[in-house]
Amino acid sequence: MPVIKRVVLDVLKPHQPNVLEFATAIADCHGGCRITVTVTEIDEKTETTVISVESEDVPYAAIVETIRELGASVHSIDEVEVSSMASADAG
Amino acid sequence: MIAQLRFLLQLTHGHRIARRYFVTNGFDGALTMLGLTTGFYSAGEVATPVVISACLGGAIALTVSGLSSAYVSESAEREKELKELEQAVAADLQHTAHGQAARWVPILIAFVNGLAPLLIALFIMLPLWLSQAGIALPLTALESSMVLAFVALFLLGAFLGTVSGRFWLWSGLRTLSVAALTAAVILAFGA
Repeated sequence: MPVIKRVVLDVLKPHQPNVLEFATAIADCHGGCRITVTVTEIDEKTETTVISVESEDVPYAAIVETIRELGASVHSIDEVEVSSMASADAG
Repeated sequence: MIAQLRFLLQLTHGHRIARRYFVTNGFDGALTMLGLTTGFYSAGEVATPVVISACLGGAIALTVSGLSSAYVSESAEREKELKELEQAVAADLQHTAHGQAARWVPILIAFVNGLAPLLIALFIMLPLWLSQAGIALPLTALESSMVLAFVALFLLGAFLGTVSGRFWLWSGLRTLSVAALTAAVILAFGA
């Protein structure tokens, strides 16, 4: 079964929590993930960010739910890497 | 739970508001108690239970006022901010951290605003209770309470000094001078 290795999301978030707290909160909820958050635009109340999540199996639905709980909204999926290759251990 | 509350306070900068309310209403409580004890002192012989009742009544009134006023005003502010944020992100934020903060932060701030004058008033009233319990004090009960009021006001000023980066001693002396002026005016009227 294919697993998501990497997903890049366009996310609109409020200023608080700040980017560091935002990324840390997502990483805290989902172990084994590497989170990269890049701020691309800032306006009065919000920031447009690009969030990259990498893992052996990205829990996409849970990540999106966490992002929503932090007051942000996912505008689009900009990039995705999915793998259906068998793992080295199983090979 | 504590970590979650701390997160909600950071989200709304509520910790700064709570700190401000602690000092403002704490100051109110300390000055009110100083006023009452100084007034009773200048009036002459007053029974300690009468002083305790008056001071406790004042402290409770300040507490209720602090709790209710802070909750009403902070709730309104947080609701307004939440609605503006919902418009900005074009999403319902009721079930997010921001929605939680809008519901809980006013309660936390109200507690700080209400408890600050109560705790400081109870501290200032300590000599009155000790005297009532028959414990000997180096000064009279009223004089001891007045001293504690000065101490409380100095400490509030020193705390403000550390927050603002000013030398704590000068900040403490500044609030102490406000206390001294208050006591002097009350004693002058009572003389």
